[in-house]
Amino acid sequence: MAQHQVNYASSAGLPIALTTVDHLVNWGRSNSLWPLTYGLACCAIEMMAAGGARYDFDRFGTIFRASPRQSDVMILAGTLSKKHAEFARRLYDQMTEPKWVISMGSCANTGGMFNTYATVQGVDRIIPVDIYLPGCAPRPETLQYALMMLQKKIRKESANMNKNTKQNLRLV
Amino acid sequence: MRKYTPKDNVQGKSYYTDRFWVAPRVPREEVEAGSHFEAVVNALGSQVKESYIEVGQLVVHIDASENFAVIKTLRDECGYKQCSEQSAVDYLAQDGEFELFYQLLNHAEAKRVRVVCRIKKGEAIESIVPLFKSANFAEREMYDMFGIKVNNHPFLKRIIMPDDWEGHPLLKTYPLQGDEFASWYEVDKIFGKEYRDIIGPENRDPAKVERYDTKRFSRVGYEVPFGADISEGEKEQAIEYSETILVNYNAGTKQLDERK
Repeated sequence: MAQHQVNYASSAGLPIALTTVDHLVNWGRSNSLWPLTYGLACCAIEMMAAGGARYDFDRFGTIFRASPRQSDVMILAGTLSKKHAEFARRLYDQMTEPKWVISMGSCANTGGMFNTYATVQGVDRIIPVDIYLPGCAPRPETLQYALMMLQKKIRKESANMNKNTKQNLRLV
Repeated sequence: MRKYTPKDNVQGKSYYTDRFWVAPRVPREEVEAGSHFEAVVNALGSQVKESYIEVGQLVVHIDASENFAVIKTLRDECGYKQCSEQSAVDYLAQDGEFELFYQLLNHAEAKRVRVVCRIKKGEAIESIVPLFKSANFAEREMYDMFGIKVNNHPFLKRIIMPDDWEGHPLLKTYPLQGDEFASWYEVDKIFGKEYRDIIGPENRDPAKVERYDTKRFSRVGYEVPFGADISEGEKEQAIEYSETILVNYNAGTKQLDERK
């Protein structure tokens, strides 16, 4: 009669992987970053290209969602006008924690060439930003790189941290 | 095109006299007898204060109170079926007046007419929305950008700026980078006025770099705690700009030589 007993001690070892909760949670979070489908100006065209077949954001587990309730990344792609700032902030507030923000392009970073009365001079005046992505407009590769940088950042964070108040949440 | 001036021996001269070149005016031509435009001017009769041809199109100066009657005549009798643009120009500093213009197009004749009138600050103009639907948004934009009120407009409300905006941005007296209200608009609206101190004034300097700001900038790959001091005792040096040498070209020729 054949013996089916597995010898854990030999070749492959025990079928157990040891990790920390932080590592496991951040692995999940960083590999399923769902951005909000939210474009403001021409940078949004590059963002769409990054989401399309050629650059394919799906490879990163990054799937654009149509609702802020289901998103955890906000990519501010383009010029934010002062009239629209209120609504951008409202969308950010509607997203559930944990959430991250990528400021894409010169206009979102600093107001860019629109040094005028009607443009918000940097979205960080109203929304906390994690990654500033330079360029006018940044190529899709650059947005991919920014997303990979954000993944890197998330993997270094404590999974248990409310990043906006910088206080540890109490585990319930 | 800039008029050609001979550049011979230009190096020998201490300055270009060409520097204060003034753009030439677009030439104005008389309305030709027997042309389509003469019929238009005749149809308007005594309402026309001044008329001439500029770049192939008729320009008609009228009294602001007669704008509706003039445009109705142009539409019904002269075949100008489209109002392609309507707006104003701020000549308040120069003449104390706004110049309003209506750009009309005749498809059958392939001709354009510009109707121009002037109003003083605070005066209102009659709406031409009953004649041209396209004037609806154009007049709202004029109201938004210049603060010119339009009588009998169906829905006179700001069209580009937010409804609670103060000021009219296309006035020449409106600063390009915005006034006090504009610079705090989004902060006041979202967070309230008490957050002005926390958020701080707008940074209008495009060369500004905040190396040691760990509150607003995370250093990817070299993360430090929020608000930590990473300057290591080193003082952040303020950006120094090179001095701009302003030469007074009106002062005479000697000054150039003294410039170091």
